[in-house]
Amino acid sequence: MIPGFAGLIVNGLLLGTAAVSLFPLLWMVSVSLMSPGEASTFPPPLLPRDATLGNYRELFAHGGMARYLANSVVLTAAVTLVSLTVNVAAGYAFAKLHFAGRDRIFKLLLGALVIPAQVAMVPLFLLLKHLGLVNTYGGVIVPAAASIFGIFLVRQYALSIPTDLLEAARIDGANEFRIFRSVIVPVLKPIIVTLAVFTVLGTWNDFMWPLIVLSDQELYTLPVALASLSREHVQDHELMMAGSVVTTLPVLLVFLMLQRYYIQGLMAGSLKG
Amino acid sequence: MSVQAAAWWFVAPALLVVGVFFFVPVLAALALSLTDFDLYALADLGNLRLVGLRNYTQLLATPLFWQALGNTLYFVVVGVPLSIVVSFGAALLLHGRVVRFRTFFRTALFAPVVTTLVAVAVIWRYLFDTRYGWLNYALGAIGLPSVDWLGDPRWAMPAIIVFAVWKSFGYNMIILLAGLQSIPDELYEAARIDGASVWRQFRDVTLPMLAPIVVMVSILTIAGYFQLFAEPYVMTQGGPLQSTVSVLYFMYEEGFKWWNLGAASAVAFVLFVLLFALTVLQLRLARWASA
Repeated sequence: MIPGFAGLIVNGLLLGTAAVSLFPLLWMVSVSLMSPGEASTFPPPLLPRDATLGNYRELFAHGGMARYLANSVVLTAAVTLVSLTVNVAAGYAFAKLHFAGRDRIFKLLLGALVIPAQVAMVPLFLLLKHLGLVNTYGGVIVPAAASIFGIFLVRQYALSIPTDLLEAARIDGANEFRIFRSVIVPVLKPIIVTLAVFTVLGTWNDFMWPLIVLSDQELYTLPVALASLSREHVQDHELMMAGSVVTTLPVLLVFLMLQRYYIQGLMAGSLKG
Repeated sequence: MSVQAAAWWFVAPALLVVGVFFFVPVLAALALSLTDFDLYALADLGNLRLVGLRNYTQLLATPLFWQALGNTLYFVVVGVPLSIVVSFGAALLLHGRVVRFRTFFRTALFAPVVTTLVAVAVIWRYLFDTRYGWLNYALGAIGLPSVDWLGDPRWAMPAIIVFAVWKSFGYNMIILLAGLQSIPDELYEAARIDGASVWRQFRDVTLPMLAPIVVMVSILTIAGYFQLFAEPYVMTQGGPLQSTVSVLYFMYEEGFKWWNLGAASAVAFVLFVLLFALTVLQLRLARWASA
């Protein structure tokens, strides 16, 4: 085959695939700027006649969108901060510190990766109800405060820390917490950023658990609120597209800014899907 | 403080959370599935009774459970191979020597993966719209009749599969791309010197080298596809004619709509056992094939 021809075909196919991948997202933005009813015409319009922010104003003024956005931001920030601290500490200890039963406990954790989270959901709901955490932010934050996957990811990375580094710090008289803070955390920074991006995206996008544990509308996260709004407003294309933009644009931006870390993390090894 | 004592301080919070909020609930799910836990027990635990395997026998006698299982299997059996083929194709394209703007294409193809499932499901519901949707418009443009994508029991699951593949193929694409990049060039050179065609190089070098990654990707994708829930929740609410009720959708309704928490735990356990058996089977098959 002529190289130029092959190049044309490969690049053409990629362009086509990229168009299919991006079209729904671009069309979402376009429809969100249309006036009510405009998208319900045939043939479906590509661009708004007169771009308007009316749908966004409507969502924030009467749809409670500000509240849902705040819920999503607060929950995502809280889960990310708490679980990063917990997972990084544990992942480091499993890699570099010796304690009785370490390898057996780690094997048990690894084995549990095959259990789908949904198996735990019903009893977890009852447990949280007993603790008074159903219908609170805590109901989302507490069960997410540690993740086996996060511990595993950090441990794999921390295995490569040279033990000499720890010994040198110990000889200097630093205690273990000091070593963790001033020696280990800086070394682990790349994997911490990667895990942070995973956690932010995972928490923001999570649907089933928040749907179960947050029944009070005041506490809805964006995905839960959007699902509920879309059941009420089936015909309001433009309004729903604006809601979708508000829901998904923040995570798309986080990804675009930090995709290097995200993709590296993905490529680094077998990830749990 | 000794290193050992410090180590315990480092792992204790994680073990506490995972233990109390994951291991205990998983074991409790097994226990709960042997009880008749329902709305009355929720109000007063005195109403709770052990019923042995009754939840399981009743489940097996419930037509909707079998339909949910069938729907989920349909989604997995068609969706997983399709999504892996698309991922593989996209990875091969991206890996091509002649590709321009590689980073842009990689980001574009990956973008759907990071979007919020509920939000893009809402978009696709409108793309599938019978009268004003782009899909039917495109079909009309090439002379094909309109399809009532989400309103016809025969088409609702295929529509959800198309959506799921669009949403998720970029994930495996990246993993497979990493695999392609790790194959040493010398292998291809040796094959070329032996006069192997592009197709032979693909069959005799690329495929065998990637086989372990493809196995891993398949196992993870099957596990992920079995957890179908938000798509039918947003796009079809299980309909039409319950053609898109998945196992998890069934569990959610049983547990959190009708509050039959004992029965819902039984559903969750059946799903777990099924997934576990499938994973073991695939690992055995892979080991047997490579031996």
